[in-house]
Amino acid sequence: MGHRTDSGGPRSRSGPRAVLAYLIRRLFAAAVMLVVIIVVVFCIFFLVPKWAGVDPALSFVGKQADPAAVEAIRVKLGLGDPIYSQVWEFFKGIFTGRTYAAGGDVTHCSAPCFGYSFRSEQAIWPVLTDRLPVTLSLALGAAVLWLLFGVSAGVLSALKRGSLWDRGAMVIALAGVSLPIYFTGLLSLAIFSYGLGWIDAQYVPIEQSFTGWLGGMILPWITLAFLYAAMYARITRATMLEILGEDYIRTARAKGLKEQTVIGKHAMRSTMTPILTMLGMDLGALIGGAILTETTFSLPGLGQAVLNGIKNQDLPIILGVTLITSLAVLLANLVVDVLYAVIDPRVRLS
Amino acid sequence: MTELSKSGAAVGEPTTASPAPTAFLEVRDLRVHFPTDDGLVKSVDGLTFQLEKGKTLGIVGESGSGKSVTSLGIMGLHTTGQYGKRKAQVTGEIWLDGTELLSADAEYVRKLRGREMSMIFQDPLSALHPYYTIGQQIVEAYRIHNKVDKKTARRRAVEMLDRVGIPQPDKRVDSYPHEFSGGMRQRAMIAMSLVNNPELLIADEPTTALDVTVQAQILDLIRDLQKEFGSAVIIITHDLGVVAELADDLLVMYGGRCVERGPAEKVFYEPRHPYTWGLLGSMPRLDRDQQERLIPVKGSPPSLINIPSGCAFNPRCPYADVPKDNVTRTVRPELAEVGSRHWAACHMTQEQRERIWTEEIAPKL
Amino acid sequence: MTTQRTSGRRKQAMAATAVVAALLTTAACGGGGKDDNSGSKTGAAGFDAANNKVAQASLVKKGGELKFAASQDADSWDTTRGYYGFMWNFSRYYSRQLVTYKPEPGKAGAQITPDLATGLAKVSDDGKTYTYTLRDGATWEDGKPITSQDIKYGIERVWAQDVLSGGPIYLKDVLDPKGEYKGPYKDTSKDHLGLKAIETPDAKTIIFKLPAANSDFEYMLGLTSASPVRQDKDTKSKYGLKPFSSGPYKFESYDPGKDLVLVRNTAWKAASDPIRKAYPDKISIKFFTNANDLDSRLIAGDYDLDIGQTGLQAQGRATALKEHKANVDNPTSGYIRYAVFPQSVKPFDNIHCRNAVIYGADHVSLQTARGGPVAGGDIGTNMLPPSVPGSEGQKYDPYQLATANKNGNVAKAKEELKACGQPNGFKTTIAVRNNRPTEVATATSLQASLKKVGIDADIDQYDGSQTSGIIGSPSNVKKKGYGIIIMGWGADFSSVQGFGLPLWDSKYILQSGNNNFGLIKDKAIDGLFDQYNTTLDDAGKAKIATDINHKVMEGGYYLPFVFEKYINWRSNRLANVYTTDGYSGVYDFVNLGLKSTK
Repeated sequence: MGHRTDSGGPRSRSGPRAVLAYLIRRLFAAAVMLVVIIVVVFCIFFLVPKWAGVDPALSFVGKQADPAAVEAIRVKLGLGDPIYSQVWEFFKGIFTGRTYAAGGDVTHCSAPCFGYSFRSEQAIWPVLTDRLPVTLSLALGAAVLWLLFGVSAGVLSALKRGSLWDRGAMVIALAGVSLPIYFTGLLSLAIFSYGLGWIDAQYVPIEQSFTGWLGGMILPWITLAFLYAAMYARITRATMLEILGEDYIRTARAKGLKEQTVIGKHAMRSTMTPILTMLGMDLGALIGGAILTETTFSLPGLGQAVLNGIKNQDLPIILGVTLITSLAVLLANLVVDVLYAVIDPRVRLS
Repeated sequence: MTELSKSGAAVGEPTTASPAPTAFLEVRDLRVHFPTDDGLVKSVDGLTFQLEKGKTLGIVGESGSGKSVTSLGIMGLHTTGQYGKRKAQVTGEIWLDGTELLSADAEYVRKLRGREMSMIFQDPLSALHPYYTIGQQIVEAYRIHNKVDKKTARRRAVEMLDRVGIPQPDKRVDSYPHEFSGGMRQRAMIAMSLVNNPELLIADEPTTALDVTVQAQILDLIRDLQKEFGSAVIIITHDLGVVAELADDLLVMYGGRCVERGPAEKVFYEPRHPYTWGLLGSMPRLDRDQQERLIPVKGSPPSLINIPSGCAFNPRCPYADVPKDNVTRTVRPELAEVGSRHWAACHMTQEQRERIWTEEIAPKL
Repeated sequence: MTTQRTSGRRKQAMAATAVVAALLTTAACGGGGKDDNSGSKTGAAGFDAANNKVAQASLVKKGGELKFAASQDADSWDTTRGYYGFMWNFSRYYSRQLVTYKPEPGKAGAQITPDLATGLAKVSDDGKTYTYTLRDGATWEDGKPITSQDIKYGIERVWAQDVLSGGPIYLKDVLDPKGEYKGPYKDTSKDHLGLKAIETPDAKTIIFKLPAANSDFEYMLGLTSASPVRQDKDTKSKYGLKPFSSGPYKFESYDPGKDLVLVRNTAWKAASDPIRKAYPDKISIKFFTNANDLDSRLIAGDYDLDIGQTGLQAQGRATALKEHKANVDNPTSGYIRYAVFPQSVKPFDNIHCRNAVIYGADHVSLQTARGGPVAGGDIGTNMLPPSVPGSEGQKYDPYQLATANKNGNVAKAKEELKACGQPNGFKTTIAVRNNRPTEVATATSLQASLKKVGIDADIDQYDGSQTSGIIGSPSNVKKKGYGIIIMGWGADFSSVQGFGLPLWDSKYILQSGNNNFGLIKDKAIDGLFDQYNTTLDDAGKAKIATDINHKVMEGGYYLPFVFEKYINWRSNRLANVYTTDGYSGVYDFVNLGLKSTK
């Protein structure tokens, strides 16, 4: 009764070693998850068409389907092999590289081999690494914008609850959440690019021209950020209002803290917890491809690659992007969990 | 019950007009009203009292009687940090050490908070920020009002934790609130409240969330600390037992108003309001049998939006039917002196109440 | 894969697109001002100024960068593997053939003319031997001369279907119908030139020996897949990433799905090439994923033309026709859009039931669903595209689809139903690709007008990316009960054979990858195709084409919707622009020039 005398602080229980063990455990779980995802994806791409009575090889070859061509594709895509051996070959390829031989042609895909596209005759891994930076810069740039505007709009709305500002901001946020990217994207293009001509809005690699890159990214950032800022503003407002009613905020005021400190330090710290969780998940998902944004603005990112892959029946690229996406989501999950424990001392990494 | 204050000096006249404060803390006709969709909630509706340094005032009442609202009103927490359109309306006067707080500059009052006057809250788990260590929170409280470096502040925090009886304070200073037991948390809360040697300490239900044994420890601690620091203390509780040992004076609140107040011994041994009788009846007593112990006040507290005319306690009063002469029932009973510095607000005559107390109530207690 | 939160709201997105369309129509043309048809202000040549005629040939300046925009990459840039129309058209920048289409507008553009060869083939009397002599001075991008062996090797690559799939295989079918040759990669002879049907007695002479005559053989040699390929430069399946140039331009860079840049091939000599003018210094393609964005950028002047040449999207079309009419042409595409009735699905085995659908359909409404007379095309009245020799266009209208019965003839349809033994109508299923909104619209239109006749048709929208697997399998079609299939078809080369052989010849009914959806087994038609192969004079060939078309229409296998038309954009900068029937009515890329080199 009374007080506990064990003096074990938080650091003794989730110290560096515990964190490391936790990370290893989680990474292992993530790897297992990834394997499951790959198996499922293989099943979707190779088994489902079979049940539907559709021959993917035939669709791949197209208009004048020569039997030799169909057979060769079947061999290259491994359509004839059982699923488990396809999955195994795929995994082996990641570490040892793969060699595809059919007809008189031998194609080598060096490790890490995430498959090979027989559509564009490219190994998947370089395509992924080539396109990932575009998607990353899209997602991260937009995230900076939406955090900046969404969170501050949400906080202001909460502090001015019921005011004209609050209502206006929430109406805009509702619009932002409901309007499809396709609409806002085309609208922004119509106004700023074709209409006013302020921004060229065509993607230029950053190593070619920084200002060109910025010009190409700014509208996608704004468009994507608009959607997410709206969501974040709503969440921030709701969370902030909840937090402002907490007893410890009253305590902070009773201590004589300035209101800025009460809001900016005590209330924000708690408000950021759900925001960070969301941010992690959203970034993870976006890395998998902001398909609509990339399509609308013709950004050569992963989303565009996967869309083209779907259009062209290019299974390996779809598989590759799916894998990267899953990886990103799993990693984002992990980062969020670790961050969560850093922010909230009540959370134990176990 | 032991050692009731003999002084009674803390309770002054219920004066209304005098602008000059005579006591360390003087609250005059305090009203705290909250506009809501359903109407104006009159949480505190004309409260007056005084308190001297070194003395303890107990404010007693059911939940919703306006005790906590009063304490937050004194701290100025109804007007700061209130966002949106519906702000609390606080009127009256609060004089602290010669300064009227309600008309004072908000920044001035902020600087008083935590330094001149500080507060202990009911549930220390929710009242402490879960993401900061106890030390960080005490250091912060100290450094707002004292220009010292973090090291000094931390030393002060450890010293305070030691003072409130936390073992291994140099280690526990780095613990988070959730790593403390309830009693320890309340000790830490007290340490934080006292870190700036405040002259006025308001303890709002400081023991409600704790189990009985710890309650006693905490109350002892508050008493010891009061002696040591010489602060004025307001203890807010729904449990007369809590203040029995501590308070010099008692103020019983019902429906946002004071229904009886006076020196603690008077209110305990010669209570002159049926509601006070009810509170005494529902007080846990260790020297009585189980069956007889609790005689709760029947019914529920009045709505603070449509307070009935006449006596607010009338609907629940077991003596509402006692014939009353020369009284208009629709008039609200005012506080009237019933003894030396002892006031009560009841339509019954003093004789009627004396009779009922001595014949019907006291023998049962 | 993960999509954004807004995905799966396709309907909403479509509605939004309509709103944006309205906005774009006004926003996209802030700067330009209205162009009249003569286009004097902006320098645009005028509406239809380049349709079947050359526009602004005199304004060409040598140099500059010609900018293509594309909404899709080619299937492959490998001359053997490409099958997309725009790829064939574009490939003339970096590849030459023995013979090719004349660089002339309209019908003349569909005629074969010598390219690497000094003249058209010397054909033996039996039509089985074709002999060519190569021109002097034609070289590869490294300056080495193009030899007859290079041409033979390039053609042999068609046999390596297991490695180089995707392209047309006419040459293989005609030169080696039994499939004896296994392709150059499995060729055990030292020079890998083991194909017996082609002889190369010296570096300048090449002789083709056909097992059976085929009067369209020179058309086949004009296909991109007959381009020369140098053996030491053959990277097999990866050749399409950087083909070795025999034309005036060579690959500078290519990033699949992102961009492609051609620069001048300095080894190419204008004197050796009667076809290519090679005006620009640089030719680029930028790939877009948003077709509306692409249109807007064309209209804004950022790019010169759409490489796909399949017409502007609805909103771009509206803007262009309203504000920039001088920048568009409205050519007939060479495609026919139609419905076809598989005879394996009852009651379509009976010609009267087929006729009932043809008469019952509202042809104006079908045309509207395709986009109306300008963007959609003229009402289709038969199955031979107007650009193919032997076509009579709308003059041949056996069902009076464009005249008396254009709004549907319910009485006649019911009469046919009676004759078919289904006086109360019947139930059937319309199969349509789910990724073609206009085709879905025509299906809906057809469904509505058939209802009036008493024919109750369900619409099955199948996965459009699996077309050849789903409707290309006759057993699947029968199983699913697809009585009406909605499709479109364009000629690989401008002849009745290039258009209709896979559709109408009974030999082309395949168990998979079938295109003879009607399952036509008409000995008369088969016979006419055989006769066509041995007829060498153009007039005789045209006559047979006309006859085949009549036979097909008389069989009631098809309900044609439109002779398709496009609204294609041409920038103010373009000079020497003309459409050619050689590439289905689109602009002839190879001789496009710019008015300014900036």
